[in-house]
Amino acid sequence: MNQFLAFVRKEFYHIFRDTWTMIILLVLPVVMLILFGFMMTTEVKNTRFAIYDPSRDVATQGIVNKISMSDYFIFSGYLDSPDQIEDVFRKDKIGLVVVFSERFYENMMHTGDAQVQLIADGSDPNTAATLTMYASSLIASYQQDMMGEVKIPYQIKPEIKFLYNPTLKGSYNFVPGVMGMILMLICAMMTSVSIAREKELGTMEVLLVSPMKPVQIIISKVVPYFVLSIINLATILLLSVYVLGMPIVGSLSLLILISVIYILVALSLGLLISSVAKKQMIALLISAMVLILPVLMLSGMMFPLENMPWTLQVLAHVVPTKWYIIAVKKVMLQGLGFSYIYQELIILSSMAVVLIVLSIKRFKYRLE
Amino acid sequence: MNIKNTNQRLEREIVISVQNLTKKFGNFTAVDCISFEVKQGEIFGFLGANGAGKTTAMRMLTGLSHPTSGKGTVAGFDISTQTEQIKRTIGYMSQKFALYDDLKVWENIRLYAGIYGVPDSLIAPRTDMLLKQLGFEKERDTLVKSLPLGWKQKLAFSVAIFHEPKIVFLDEPTGGVDPAVRRNFWEMIYQAADKGITVFVTTHYMDEAEYCDRVSIMVDGRIEALDSPKSLKNQFNAKNMDEVFHQLARKSTRNSD
Repeated sequence: MNQFLAFVRKEFYHIFRDTWTMIILLVLPVVMLILFGFMMTTEVKNTRFAIYDPSRDVATQGIVNKISMSDYFIFSGYLDSPDQIEDVFRKDKIGLVVVFSERFYENMMHTGDAQVQLIADGSDPNTAATLTMYASSLIASYQQDMMGEVKIPYQIKPEIKFLYNPTLKGSYNFVPGVMGMILMLICAMMTSVSIAREKELGTMEVLLVSPMKPVQIIISKVVPYFVLSIINLATILLLSVYVLGMPIVGSLSLLILISVIYILVALSLGLLISSVAKKQMIALLISAMVLILPVLMLSGMMFPLENMPWTLQVLAHVVPTKWYIIAVKKVMLQGLGFSYIYQELIILSSMAVVLIVLSIKRFKYRLE
Repeated sequence: MNIKNTNQRLEREIVISVQNLTKKFGNFTAVDCISFEVKQGEIFGFLGANGAGKTTAMRMLTGLSHPTSGKGTVAGFDISTQTEQIKRTIGYMSQKFALYDDLKVWENIRLYAGIYGVPDSLIAPRTDMLLKQLGFEKERDTLVKSLPLGWKQKLAFSVAIFHEPKIVFLDEPTGGVDPAVRRNFWEMIYQAADKGITVFVTTHYMDEAEYCDRVSIMVDGRIEALDSPKSLKNQFNAKNMDEVFHQLARKSTRNSD
């Protein structure tokens, strides 16, 4: 016990005395959460739009008014010819151009076939899709208003409601993702680097000759990072509740349980990396390549997994963060109980067990 | 140096004993059937060019690596089966610098004392005594990284024998320091040996070899010579250990790295 305490104390000295370690551990999570929470939202507000309208009649005027009055769009101006469309996209900060056909109102009333074209900047497909969706629904609602007086025999009027995130706040999606990423970053990267450091400096050799057993060395190396991860988890949750206004609908203890299991997975991944890497730099690179990238790309945090090619979807199954995010969303946003997340819990726990066994075996093997 | 002391030391019990110790990595025989004995309080020099197998042999003695064949005991414990007990009774200072740079002097001492299970009640008084002996009282709270290399090595050695081990293994302890500082360091080794601690030291500085009670010289995994520096010089008709070493090292067929 004495050995263990002496060692853990030393590990904390390392952490507290290195400025960069402290920054990564304490400042980075806060900055990341706030960045992702506030800035990287997919919400679209106050987008400028332009009109090309050869008809200039009641109907087109009505539609333009409708669009301008919404929160999403700001009217920027009329174009004189279709040639200008590409120009305004390039020069002005325009998100959408609405093009009406000629004799719009006349056609609408007589043939019932009036045409509107929505042009958006496809280089940012997510925003483009959102913008065109908003605009179409505004046009549809104008149509509703028009038809108000005339009775049409049947009418389908979909009313869309977004459950669990009624106002479609981007942060609701990002907070679980950021939690997954930060915990992975701290646990896996920091442990692997700190063990690689002992190897690089030659102190590992001295530790191995000491009466401490390899398992003891591993555990005392990992415990400080475990403690710090728990502190980080608390910070993230407090920030997301009180700063980002994100609710924790479900049980807090369940949320902590999932997180602790996930932290164990990440710590053992860090151990595994450190058994391969002999230098700090290599540990850092492997962590970045093997962990951070898949976590960003394949966890469903930034890009929806459902739209990916099936090979990537299959790959995503081995990314622990994916399961963590799913479980966190279920508990945090939907308020679901244990019986709904047992699958994710089982997957994460088995990952933890396999990785811990594997890394301890590798660590022993290396001694030969 | 002190011949009388040296003779006394040689009469004591055997603390390291190795018979036909061999280590193979695949087809490569790193250590080839070596045998020797070291007595308590002796300063035993373990010499050899890079790649001669010194480090591998030492790793087997300190329980870091299992022998392929052959047997040996360290402090009466079997090196194949009782590595845990061996680790408790030995001290170790490695080739690379072994203390933590970002820990203060006293924190390093307390860390290793804790790892080797020195009782808390003993750590404080022994630390005070140690710092006094080294003349480091003012450096108690200094981070190790700001100490000069020679001081670090003295401190590392003191830390390695802080738990009063029977045997201390030094793996090229004086790498990178000039001869004057090395001599200074060896004063400490003599003090330890006088207290009855056996010193097993690898080195490639031949001036250091002269300070040992006995030296063994390894070439290509085998021990080619083993005796006191004086007899070796007579045997090889050499002025100093450097010549002895070069006569033997010429036989080597391995490339040193």
